[in-house]
Amino acid sequence: MIYFPEEVVEHIFSFLPSHSDRNTVSLVCKVWYEIERLSRRAVFVGNCYAVRPERVVRRFPKLCVLTVKGKPHFADFNLVPPDWGGYAAPWIEAAARGCVGLEELRMKRMVVSDESLELLARSFPRFKALVLISCEGFSTEGLADIASHCKLLRELDLQENDVEDRGPRWLSCFPDSCTSLVSLNFACIKGEVDSASLERLVAKSPNLRSLRLNRAVTVDTLSKILMRTPNLEDLGTGNFTNEFQTESYLRLTNALEKCKMLKSLSGFWDASPVCVPFIYPLCHQLTGLNLSYTPTLDYSDLTRMISRCVKLQRLWVLDCISDKGLQVVASSCKDLQELRVFPSDFYVAGYSAVTEEGLVAISSGCPKLSSLLYFCHQMTNDALITIAKNCPNFIRFRLCILEPRKPDAMTNQPLDEGFGAIVRECKGLRRLSISGLLTDKVFMYIGKYAKHLEMLSIAFAGDSDDGMMHVLNGCKNLRKLEIRDSPFGDGALLGNVAKYETMRSLWMSSCNVTLKGCEILASKMPMLNVEIMNELDGSSEMEENPGDFSKVEKLYVYRTTAGTRGDAPNFVKIL
Amino acid sequence: MEATVAYAKAEAENLMATELRLGLPGTADDEQSQTTKATPPSTPRGKKRTATFDAVEDATVAEEANNNKRDVEAAPPVAKAQVVGWPPVRSYRKSCFQQASNKQQSKATKEEAATPVSNTTTSTTAANGSFVKVSMDGAPYLRKVDLRMYKGYRELREALEAMFVSSNNGSANLSEFAVTYEDKDGDLMLVGDVPFEMFASTCKKLRIMKRSEATGLGSARQ
Repeated sequence: MIYFPEEVVEHIFSFLPSHSDRNTVSLVCKVWYEIERLSRRAVFVGNCYAVRPERVVRRFPKLCVLTVKGKPHFADFNLVPPDWGGYAAPWIEAAARGCVGLEELRMKRMVVSDESLELLARSFPRFKALVLISCEGFSTEGLADIASHCKLLRELDLQENDVEDRGPRWLSCFPDSCTSLVSLNFACIKGEVDSASLERLVAKSPNLRSLRLNRAVTVDTLSKILMRTPNLEDLGTGNFTNEFQTESYLRLTNALEKCKMLKSLSGFWDASPVCVPFIYPLCHQLTGLNLSYTPTLDYSDLTRMISRCVKLQRLWVLDCISDKGLQVVASSCKDLQELRVFPSDFYVAGYSAVTEEGLVAISSGCPKLSSLLYFCHQMTNDALITIAKNCPNFIRFRLCILEPRKPDAMTNQPLDEGFGAIVRECKGLRRLSISGLLTDKVFMYIGKYAKHLEMLSIAFAGDSDDGMMHVLNGCKNLRKLEIRDSPFGDGALLGNVAKYETMRSLWMSSCNVTLKGCEILASKMPMLNVEIMNELDGSSEMEENPGDFSKVEKLYVYRTTAGTRGDAPNFVKIL
Repeated sequence: MEATVAYAKAEAENLMATELRLGLPGTADDEQSQTTKATPPSTPRGKKRTATFDAVEDATVAEEANNNKRDVEAAPPVAKAQVVGWPPVRSYRKSCFQQASNKQQSKATKEEAATPVSNTTTSTTAANGSFVKVSMDGAPYLRKVDLRMYKGYRELREALEAMFVSSNNGSANLSEFAVTYEDKDGDLMLVGDVPFEMFASTCKKLRIMKRSEATGLGSARQ
């Protein structure tokens, strides 16, 4: 056996690209464990309750980049009650005690308080990047602390957070001298913004490459800002109302023409169709376009813009684009890799102008398509089979037919065969969301073919426990399984309990699992936290039916080394 | 699961977005009991409330509507429930749309530039959800409103007043006018007779006409 000095081994480890590779080498022997942990710069914690923050900080004292995720994915759709948990404070406090070299913090679906943001701002002298996605619990005052104290701040990226508006002061809190800002995204801030502060900030941030404004920023301010940022690569516009002065829009076009590096556009809040032509000069260079917050543009406005975007790789739109519009996309955007079509109507079986035809057109025109999120009002097996043949490169395939359990629109059959084709043809599929009328058969296909599947979302599907069993037994790489309103019960829950230790988490809501089943699971698998949540509607089911066969409304199971969490609210029972 | 029962009917034919709730149309806004099949044998859930369209508005209402989910499949196809968390769209996105419509309403109160934005979209109302044209006798151009953005007649009325009645016209409210609408069958109807939700689902366009012309329609409930 050849022994290398520690520095050499550490250097070799620095080439390992992924967390899982580094995790693997740390298991080889004690020496490698020590070398690895002392040289680890970035840690990814997929479930904040899977491990105690102190333990992470103790093991990796040189931590520079920390990513933590909190609530389960279905929290995005109001399925997780408020106050469930996912608090950032313990993480920030532990890091403040143990890794003062922290440079980047990324959090998703967590509750972050202003106090935590202040602690963050004051504790890490080298802090450079804060990314908060779908978080809540903080206000613009917390942002003021970040702006004031993080002198080296490069990135402040706030994506779709619920931020309490306490005024625009925070924007003026950045240091008076030059800032090192490269990326600033405050699109989710609801309140007013002081234009003068914003212009000053941009003027003293020569490195700015990505800027996403909120709704309050006018075209006038935008055009002034853009005159100072010719190197901008990513822009989220402010509002594009119809109350415009033509001069502002002309100034805007002039400014945009100077932005030769601009590749990605989003925002377009309240955009009136009249404003759209002012963007045309940019279209030919765009690789990313997000028009999904603009219900005021109809399919002809959208297609006139998109047909010019020949280099487009990522497109987010609303279903107002319609099948016809998607055909235009298919013939114009040959490099398309990611497409998201969102509903403009949020009813359970609301109307949508897109159907399977639009997606078939896209699949035949855009063979590089690898990531899809598609809301539509109908689908057919034939279409899915065609799509699977046209685009075998899907990595993410999420299809949401608006009406639960809707069958094939032509044949009235379940959509088992269609999704079966998807998993069979797309051998690299890592994420799948299914919808429409589905029997256990689709799960048989998934278990049989989706060998690289890591995340599966199921809603209103299946006939019996067999369905879920196919998935648990077949999908070797499954990490996250989330199920709602499907007839899977204790038999499925307990059919392969060892599987849950190989996964990050399991979510089941409005299924047929009972309290008894959950208790058995908890007793068999001490390394799992089995959390159950029942509705608190006064007549709590648990109290009225003390028998263990009462159904559990919401179940969240996850592996953990941290034991039971102490911050659970009283509607959460951890078995 | 006998899954096709409730949804096999060609509700796909119904292209207009309808405000969906359990029970028959015309029932009260607040709590209403399940009128159809038996609930699952466990606890009687008591009164159920429908979740309102605006998902961000009331989390607790949404929680109770969660109880309706199991009953959705059993509900008659005519009246479908709103289901918590379905379609799976982030609350952030939903709240952005709500903000969009609020802005549209507040802009409508200001004097606008000559550009008649509301007329640029000539595509069918289907693509635009439930935007309907609003005309007023004597006004030079039409406007558009999204009926889903209003919870009831009072809000709609206020919005229309804000849009059409300005100091130019001299009057402060719509009392000199009758608000009428054209329904699916093409008939001219007086606004206010049927429950708001039913009106919103059948209204094709609105017309604000002088009261003197509206005598044939009987007394207004407004």
